[in-house]
Amino acid sequence: MGKVRKSKNRVPAISTASLPDIVFMLLFFFMTVTTIKDSPLLVENELPLADQIKKLEKKDRVIEIYVGKPAQEYTKVLGSEPKIQLDQKLAYVEDVAPYVLAELAKKPDAIRNLVTVSLKVDKNVGVGIVQDIKEELRKVNLLKVNYTTYDGNALAQMK
Amino acid sequence: MARNNEIPEVNAGSMADIAFLLLIFFLVTATIQTDMGLDRKLPSKEPAPPATFKERNVFRIVLNKNDELMVEGNLMSIKNLRSAAIAFLDNGGFDQNMEGHCSYCKGAMDPEASDNPEKAIISLNSDREATYGMYVMVQNELTAAYNELRNREAQRLFQRDYVEMEKEYFAPETPAQDKIELKERITEIRNLFPMKLSEAETKQIQ
Repeated sequence: MGKVRKSKNRVPAISTASLPDIVFMLLFFFMTVTTIKDSPLLVENELPLADQIKKLEKKDRVIEIYVGKPAQEYTKVLGSEPKIQLDQKLAYVEDVAPYVLAELAKKPDAIRNLVTVSLKVDKNVGVGIVQDIKEELRKVNLLKVNYTTYDGNALAQMK
Repeated sequence: MARNNEIPEVNAGSMADIAFLLLIFFLVTATIQTDMGLDRKLPSKEPAPPATFKERNVFRIVLNKNDELMVEGNLMSIKNLRSAAIAFLDNGGFDQNMEGHCSYCKGAMDPEASDNPEKAIISLNSDREATYGMYVMVQNELTAAYNELRNREAQRLFQRDYVEMEKEYFAPETPAQDKIELKERITEIRNLFPMKLSEAETKQIQ
């Protein structure tokens, strides 16, 4: 207002006071969208891509089965044939049914018939082992399966 | 000497460093959850009465160990599978005067393809050596074919996509009242194009 301020020649420093807030925001974002790895993977697990997918609803209604070639560091001991991983250990096809039943018994009564088996199968594995697992699941009458995939268009990435 | 009575402020300059440390810790230990996939229902082990069907109502897909597809006896690229499946399902082979005519089908009425979507069966036979990636791709394309047809019917009857309706139905925040109505609609659409995907050995009946 008519009064001219004496200008200082120093550029004012940018305030970093809100930096912690920004970082905390990022932190909370990552905490909500991610899950902590619960079991170390013993097998390679590069899931196939699909785009007609549905979300698996609740984590407590899912039993996971991993299939894939043994991870790099185990190939010397285990060879390169596809293996099944249940919980934290490798297993044979015959172990699938008892494992699934044991997992099912741990769940509360109310959700037992809503349980889905999530098949996390590496995309380079043969279909044969998956068929064997499905046959085992049919034996124990667990018929809801989910071929777990990544979201993406597989056709577009094909050469 | 005058004493400074103000409480000194805590220096918050290192707060950012602490938060960054936490952030990096979470980034390292966490993985983004992959809880999406294709849902399938396995056939029950209970012995079922042998179903009878005509050969033209079966869409045969064979996946061999070299990941090649044979559809209805011809080699086919995976890119054409979706349109082929749609053409088969939507065919509507019975004409207007015959019983079992499909009034909503828009297909070519080819006498070699399915009579009615309710009777159409897709049979998928895969070699044990075929890769799982390819198998999922085939499953994905077949789901896409069904979804496309179901979307079309849902648009016609309810002016919205079937996939969208299904998503809303499974969303936890949808109120229970809406779910009842949604369920009715979803069942109706599913009955128009029931998904009959067989992975068993299918025998031909003359």
